Amino acid sequence: MKTVNEKAWFLVLPVLLLVAFSAVIPLMTVVNYSVQDSFGNNQFFWAGLLWFEEMLASDRMWNALGRQLVFSAIILAIEIPLGILVALNMPQKGFWSSFCLVAMSLPLLIPWNVVGTIWQIFGRVDIGLLGYTLDALGLDYNYTQDSLDAWITVVVMDVWHWTSLVALLAYAGLRSIPDAYYQAAKIDQASRWAVFRYIELPKMAGVLMIAILLRFMDSFMIYTEPFVLTGGGPGNATTFLSIDLVKMALGQFDLGPAAAFSLMYFLVILLISWVFYTIMTNLDARDAK
Amino acid sequence: MTDTVSAPGAGTIPGDVAPAKPQAKSRKRFRPNGSAIVMTIYLLFLLVPIYWLLNMSLKTNTEILGTFSLWPRNLTLANYETILTDPAWYTGYINSITYVTMNVVITLAVALPAAYAFSRYTFTGDKHLFFWLLTNRMAPPAVFALPFFQLYSSVGLFDTHIAVALAHCLFNVPLAVWILEGFMRGVPKEIDETAYIDGYSFSRFFIRIFMPLIASGIGVAAFFAFMFSWVELLLSRTLTSVDAKPIAATMTRTVGASGIDWGVLAAAGVLTIVPGALVIWFVRNYIAKGFALGRV
Repeated sequence: MKTVNEKAWFLVLPVLLLVAFSAVIPLMTVVNYSVQDSFGNNQFFWAGLLWFEEMLASDRMWNALGRQLVFSAIILAIEIPLGILVALNMPQKGFWSSFCLVAMSLPLLIPWNVVGTIWQIFGRVDIGLLGYTLDALGLDYNYTQDSLDAWITVVVMDVWHWTSLVALLAYAGLRSIPDAYYQAAKIDQASRWAVFRYIELPKMAGVLMIAILLRFMDSFMIYTEPFVLTGGGPGNATTFLSIDLVKMALGQFDLGPAAAFSLMYFLVILLISWVFYTIMTNLDARDAK
Repeated sequence: MTDTVSAPGAGTIPGDVAPAKPQAKSRKRFRPNGSAIVMTIYLLFLLVPIYWLLNMSLKTNTEILGTFSLWPRNLTLANYETILTDPAWYTGYINSITYVTMNVVITLAVALPAAYAFSRYTFTGDKHLFFWLLTNRMAPPAVFALPFFQLYSSVGLFDTHIAVALAHCLFNVPLAVWILEGFMRGVPKEIDETAYIDGYSFSRFFIRIFMPLIASGIGVAAFFAFMFSWVELLLSRTLTSVDAKPIAATMTRTVGASGIDWGVLAAAGVLTIVPGALVIWFVRNYIAKGFALGRV
């Protein structure tokens, strides 16, 4: 169906050069650092796999990875069903449909540190509506002192920030279902659940995979929002992988271990994303038949 | 069609799909209200924190710290005045908008031909190249922060708008290629062939005929490039110090010796929401369509 044309490489060339400049060169720098040791002064010594062994043996990375996996799992478990629920209940046309679309897109376009700032203010016991209300209700809530509160706040913040993306994707998937499907279901006297399970869910599968992929990738890279909100604290309770990495690379300037950390981090995310991507392209191919 | 068949789209409202039994009728009356309740709760959840920020930006610091009120008692615009009259503040907005615009232009300029190649031709290594591009969307910016800093410093681009614009291409170009490829696949190949037979050159065909056909796709790609470049902070903060400092980084200025200037911080936050809100307003009718066709 598609023509074989090697000249198409020329069309891809600008992208290739640009991404090579901004991805391959920096990545090679990281690889370089990961196998060398430095005592300052730009003098480097071959260190082999020392840093990788050190990082694999350190609790610090495993703890951050554990927190990260738990966080991403919670995020997916809340945002995907909630996003579907919201999409199913969105108005279909008219003023309210536009209003919902605009209001729901709003959190997506707020700079990430401002998202952190909003929740930092909102959750404060002295000046924030949420913190003040919880305090007035007699709950002992303080996200800067209590790790559980900090976790809840970070999760709620992320749900606030990103559920709309899932909802908009699911909504788009729902809109693409032809009316005939619903009419057929009506003739068969299908229950509401059956309509969802056998018509809407399969038809949304494609966009939902994209939503899961995007939400997994982005929650796995989360940095700015929790950094502004909790700074990784209290203690290390909300220190996710990126926060830990930036602390190590730019804060302590431990280039070798940080580079080894980076590479392993990237590989984990790449591996899981590849699995999602493969499932997704298979779904695409199945739909095309 | 009979009159019992529901209107397009109404099928997702449960009551209309259910069989027309007596008890189903009584359910029908309540279900739309159920949707309204879910949506109201969800929108309140989304908008209340934003309202709180707006509320604080219209108060003086004494009122913020002294009294707790749901709306400003002494409405003041002093916080906004501070930002809009101080060059150290408002240049932050100019810087952000400058590099975001540059990024959108560069992204579209390189992604359009590449997406065309992926959607129309088979060539050696195309699938691998496509996945490799996507891996860059998956790369955590934290991994790239330090090497970017060194790379752009060594070529003398540190603290320039173009440095941030190029750095953001890392995740925006793969995304744009992905979106545009989806849209271009929907355009029949016969159009290309007819144009070539009519004697159009590739560049003339691409600009005069093909681009108008996928205009909505270009719009969606531009929207997402704008969005991700506008909200990103880690890279833009690492790559700038003074001349190209983004507004989001400028906001740390509010932390002074006497504590945090909450009013100005809130006002600056509100002002960062405005450009995004404007963009959404213009593309509101294309958002759902874009999501559906363009795979995001």
